[in-house]
Amino acid sequence: MKLLAIPAEALRAMSLNGLRTVLTMLGMIIGVAAVVLMLAIGQGAQNTVNQSIASMGSNLFIVLSGASTSGGLRMGSGSVPTLTFADAQALAQIPSVKFVAPVYPGTAQLAYGANNWSTGVSGTTPEFLEVRNWPLDSGHPFEDSDVRGATRVVLLGQTVAQNLFGDEDPTGKTLRIKNLPFMVIGLLAPKGQSLDGRDQDDIAIIPVTTAQRKLFGNQFPGTVRYISVQAKSAEVMEEAEREMIQVLRQRHRLAESAENDFMVRNLTAVAQTAAGSAQAMSFMLGAIASISLLVGGIGIMNIMLVSVTERTREIGIRMAIGARRRDILLQFLLEALMICVAGGLAGVLLGVGGAWAVASFADMAVEVSLSAILLSFAFAAATGVFFGFYPAQRAARLKPVEALRYE
Amino acid sequence: MPLIRVEKLYKQYEIAGGQATPVLHGVDLTIEAGEFVAIMGPSGSGKSTFMNILGCLDTPTSGNYFLDGENVAGLSNDELAALRNRLIGFVFQGFNLLKRVTALDNVALPLLYAGLSKSARREQARDILKQTGLENFTLSLPNQLSGGQQQRVAIARALVNRPPLILADEPTGNLDTQTSREIMDIFTRLNREQGITIILVTHEPDIAHYAGRLVRFVDGRVAHDGDVAGHAEHG
Ligand SMILES: Nc1ncnc2c1ncn2[C@@H]1O[C@H](COP(=O)(O)OP(=O)(O)O)[C@@H](O)[C@H]1O
Ligand SMILES: [Mg+2]
Repeated sequence: MKLLAIPAEALRAMSLNGLRTVLTMLGMIIGVAAVVLMLAIGQGAQNTVNQSIASMGSNLFIVLSGASTSGGLRMGSGSVPTLTFADAQALAQIPSVKFVAPVYPGTAQLAYGANNWSTGVSGTTPEFLEVRNWPLDSGHPFEDSDVRGATRVVLLGQTVAQNLFGDEDPTGKTLRIKNLPFMVIGLLAPKGQSLDGRDQDDIAIIPVTTAQRKLFGNQFPGTVRYISVQAKSAEVMEEAEREMIQVLRQRHRLAESAENDFMVRNLTAVAQTAAGSAQAMSFMLGAIASISLLVGGIGIMNIMLVSVTERTREIGIRMAIGARRRDILLQFLLEALMICVAGGLAGVLLGVGGAWAVASFADMAVEVSLSAILLSFAFAAATGVFFGFYPAQRAARLKPVEALRYE
Repeated sequence: MPLIRVEKLYKQYEIAGGQATPVLHGVDLTIEAGEFVAIMGPSGSGKSTFMNILGCLDTPTSGNYFLDGENVAGLSNDELAALRNRLIGFVFQGFNLLKRVTALDNVALPLLYAGLSKSARREQARDILKQTGLENFTLSLPNQLSGGQQQRVAIARALVNRPPLILADEPTGNLDTQTSREIMDIFTRLNREQGITIILVTHEPDIAHYAGRLVRFVDGRVAHDGDVAGHAEHG
């Protein structure tokens, strides 16, 4: 019964100072909520980037037409496409290269029945799906024979299919691209957002030859806009890059002193940079939130110090009538602990609620992690107990007469 | 065995700067159980210092203090707290009630540290408040009570553990004459009817006359110890 008497006494002291208790809790609530929310937003951003990276495919290069200098990209106004279908075939012969997909993209109006939809149409080869690690939801990919024959077949991304066919399976149906009939032979699996925020599912894929000859025309026959290349492994990325440059320079008959008329970009490196900056942002958000938690902790310390000082005489009275030091300590410790635990719990609820609100109203990816909750909660409790304990201990060490004399 | 025996009690306060001021210069005093003692003396003569040592709220620089036969110097802080709880009731000039706590809960507080259950604490506190004429004020807060009522709450708190000794340092210092008289009547009754030992500091001769024995302090020494009559008059 004595075990419960001191907690009851602590609870009573807290309720007697309702406003002070609430103010102390407020610091804790805001600090904990900020940490939970910021870490959730940071984690969410990291998840989004990681998903985009995974959807991109691994060990990727993109080879673009145009010159590059060591300083960066130089774009001539009438830059001539220099990459050809034959270049792509040559790159495929390099041992460290796994798949090569030349791409000839354009934009076109697609129509099915009363629906139409304008989207990016990429002419490419069957390897494209391998390079991008892109499975089909239904149907089958086109074949090399379709590329040779420039057949009018098309694979649809989810967004395009949704807009033209609703929930129907488009496979086997015939639609019109720029008024030419195309047979839908497959539906691509959903991929979601790319690193730069584009909808990767808003796409239609057709044989590269069909795009060049039948759909968009080709001012320089046989050229492609860019070539996607996948290396055999992460280890051979550098080797692959060196060899690709060598092969292309030879094929383009560039003199020793001439600059490259093409550009090889390592997309994996770009992805790593993006992942790194997402992580940095996540870390920064966490750091900012931690500061607010620290400020909350300092607030608790202040109020506890003021409270104990203000109650020094009370402590003296309690000691005079028989309270032992540990009774006093226990009471103040429990007061601090209850404030912090209650404040911490409210903060976690507020943070999780805030994360939910951000997710649903701002349409941002957030992920509340258990470790973030535990971390901020533990820090809150530790701050409160430490800062509550220290002034209480100082007061309990006083001689009763000194505490009583305190004005 | 006397209730209180002090021998060669010295006390000096350490002042910042190193020089110490002696406040008590070898006080010897014996008080038997059941006595009613008034302590007088000029301001600064060491009366409060002495009372704090008697109450085990402070420790002497040297000398011995036996309370109920036990040498207090050898006790730990926890043992002193238990001793205060069991043997001593305090009444202060400024009442020293807990603010924002009802009269009933103020009175019940010593029983909390004695380890009684909540219902037992409340019951005993109510009984004692009735004895001091405050049965209608149990749920009042200190700031809702007059000075005399507050002091009666404080007396009730001092009595609730049924201690054999009450220490009162200028208990009527903040009260008017009429109220002082009522408070002194309570002390007299407790002393006569329940045999409680009372040691009370005052500088009013009228108040000292309630006691059976007068101890006068001058400059940290006992200058008079004996009859009240004829010795209380110079403040
Ligand atoms: N905590 C203290 N520190 C230093 N000096 C003190 C302290 N308490 C009391 N004194 C000094 O001790 C002397 C006696 O004080 P006190 O016992 O309160 O006298 P009284 O109660 O008889 O008026 C005074 O000179 C006072 O200034
Ligand atoms: Mg005094």
